[in-house]
Amino acid sequence: MVESKFRRYFKDTILYIILISGGVIFLIPLFWMISTSLKTSAQIFKYPIEWIPDPVVWKNYLDAFTAIPFLRYIGNTVFIAFTSIVGDILTCSLVAYSFARLRYPGRDFLFLLMLSTLMIPSSVTMIPQFLLYKSFGLIDTYVPLILPAYVGYPIWIFLIRQFFMTVPFEYDDAAKIDGCGYLATYWRILLPQIRPALIAVAIFSFMSHWNNFMGPLIYLNSQEKYTLALGLRLFQGLYVTKWELVMAASTIALIPPTVIFFLAQKYFIQGVVITGLKG
Amino acid sequence: MMKVSKARRREITVGYLCLSPWLVGFIVLTAGPIIASLIISFLDYDMVHPAVFVGLQNYKKMFFEDPLFWKSIKATGYYTLLVVPLNLVGALIIAILMNQNLRFMNLFRTIYYLPSVLSGVAVALLWSWVFNKDFGVLNYLLDKLFGIYGPNWLGTEEWVIPALAIMSLWGVGGGMVIFLAGLQGIPTQLYEAARIDGATSWQEFWRITIPLLTPTIFYHLITSIIGTWQVFTQAYVMTQGGPNYASLFYVLYVYFNAFVWFKMGYACALAWILFIVILFCTILVFRSSSYWVYYESERR
Repeated sequence: MVESKFRRYFKDTILYIILISGGVIFLIPLFWMISTSLKTSAQIFKYPIEWIPDPVVWKNYLDAFTAIPFLRYIGNTVFIAFTSIVGDILTCSLVAYSFARLRYPGRDFLFLLMLSTLMIPSSVTMIPQFLLYKSFGLIDTYVPLILPAYVGYPIWIFLIRQFFMTVPFEYDDAAKIDGCGYLATYWRILLPQIRPALIAVAIFSFMSHWNNFMGPLIYLNSQEKYTLALGLRLFQGLYVTKWELVMAASTIALIPPTVIFFLAQKYFIQGVVITGLKG
Repeated sequence: MMKVSKARRREITVGYLCLSPWLVGFIVLTAGPIIASLIISFLDYDMVHPAVFVGLQNYKKMFFEDPLFWKSIKATGYYTLLVVPLNLVGALIIAILMNQNLRFMNLFRTIYYLPSVLSGVAVALLWSWVFNKDFGVLNYLLDKLFGIYGPNWLGTEEWVIPALAIMSLWGVGGGMVIFLAGLQGIPTQLYEAARIDGATSWQEFWRITIPLLTPTIFYHLITSIIGTWQVFTQAYVMTQGGPNYASLFYVLYVYFNAFVWFKMGYACALAWILFIVILFCTILVFRSSSYWVYYESERR
C-alpha cells in the first residue's frame, strides 16, 4: 500500500505541474496586456521585459479615454446591447414557449427548419439584408443592429426550449384549471421557472453585442454613432505604435465581459453545455 | 371533416402567434435574403449603376480568373486543418485533466475558461501585441526559455496562419467545458466493471471514454468547422488579409468585395460557394458519423 500511496502523490504532483504551467500560459496574454497598459513608451521597448512596470503609469487610461470619445462609444454600445437583450429575452422565450408547450400542425417541422438555419453562413444573408435596410433608409442607424434581437436567435430559442421541456406539464394544467390563459401561463407560471436560461441568454446576448464588430462596421458610418469595437479599431489606426495606449483601451473593453464572467460563470457553463456552442 | 374543438383551435392560433416573431424574421431576414443572394450572384451590381444580368460569369471568374479566390480558400482551409484538430485534442486533454479529483479544480477551470469568453477587437489587438516581432511577449519567451529566435509572426506569409491558430487555441476553454460535461456524463459503473476485468487506464481511455464521447466530438467537429470558415474580426484587425494575401480569410474576402469594392454580385457568388463548402463539410462529417459515433441507445 505504501508504494501505491507514493504513486498517487507522484501522479498528483505531475498533474499540478501541468495544470499550473498551462494556467500560467493562459494568463500571460492578459497579464501582458495590463502590464503594458501601465508603462511609458520607453518601458515598453525595454529588454529584458519589465513585468511589473516601475513607475506605474495610470495616466495611460486617462489619455486613452480623452484621445477619442470612448465614453460616448461605450454609451452607444451599452444602448445597443440593452435594447437587444430585452428583445432577445422576450422574443426567444416566447418562441421557445410556443415550440415547447403548445401543439399545432407543422410545429416539429418548423423547429427542425429553425435549427437547420444555424448552418447558413451569415455572409450569405448579409448582402441582401444590407440592401434591404438601405432601401428603407436605415443605414447609419442602430435599427439593423437591434432589430434582429426582436425576431429571435435560433440557438437561444433552442436553449430556452430545452429548459421549458424540463418543467412538468402539471404547471400548465393547474394554471388552466385556475382559468389562466396561455400568455398568462407563459409569463407568470413558466418564465419564473426557467430563470437560469433567461440569465444565460441575457449574458450571451450582452457578450455578442459588446463584441460585435462586423455589424457596426457594415452599418455605421458617422463617428459619433460608433460602438466600442469600432472605436477601438479607430484608436488602433491613430496610435499605431503607442502600444501602451492601445493596451489600456483594450483592457477597458475587456473589463465588463470579465466581470460578468466571474459573476455568472455558472450560467455560462450551463448555457454552453446545453447548446454545445462556445457562447 | 374532422371537428376541431374551440379550445384546440385557440391553442393553434396562440401557438402560431407566439411563433410569429421568428417566422416573420425567418422569411424576411433569412429565407428571402438567401434567395435574393442567389439571384444577385448572377448579376453585376455596384449599388450605383443598374444591375446587369451576367449569368454564370461571377462563378466562372471566381474559379478560373481570380487568384485571390484561391488564396482565400487556401488560407481558410489551412487554418481549418490546423485549428479543428488542435482545438479538439487540446479541449479533450484539458477536460480529462480537469476531470481528476484534485483540489483547486474550480480555480483551474475558471482560468482555462476565461479567455474563451473574451473576443472581438480588444482580443485581436492584444494578440497583435503578443505577436509583435521585436517586443512581443511570445518571441521574448521563446528566446529566454528555448533560445529560439522567433519569427515575424504576423508579417510573414508562412507564419501568419499558424499565429492565428495559436491565438484560437487560447479559446480552447469553450470546448473544454463541453467535453467536461460529456466526461461527467459517463456512468462510473463502466470504469468499475473495466477495473474488475483488469483493464489498464490506457484501455479504459480508448475503450470507454473515447467511444462514449464520440457524440460530443462529432458535434464539436461540426460547430468548429462552421466557425473556422467564418473568421473575420481577427483577420480584419490584425492583418487585413496580409502579408501578400496569406491571411485573406474567406469571409474577409467577401466583405472586401461587397463593402469596399462594391462588387455585390461577385460577393454574393462567393458567399454561395461558402454556403456549399460548409454544407459539404457538414454532410461529410455526418456521413462518416455512422462509422465512428457511438450512440448508447443504438443496438449494433
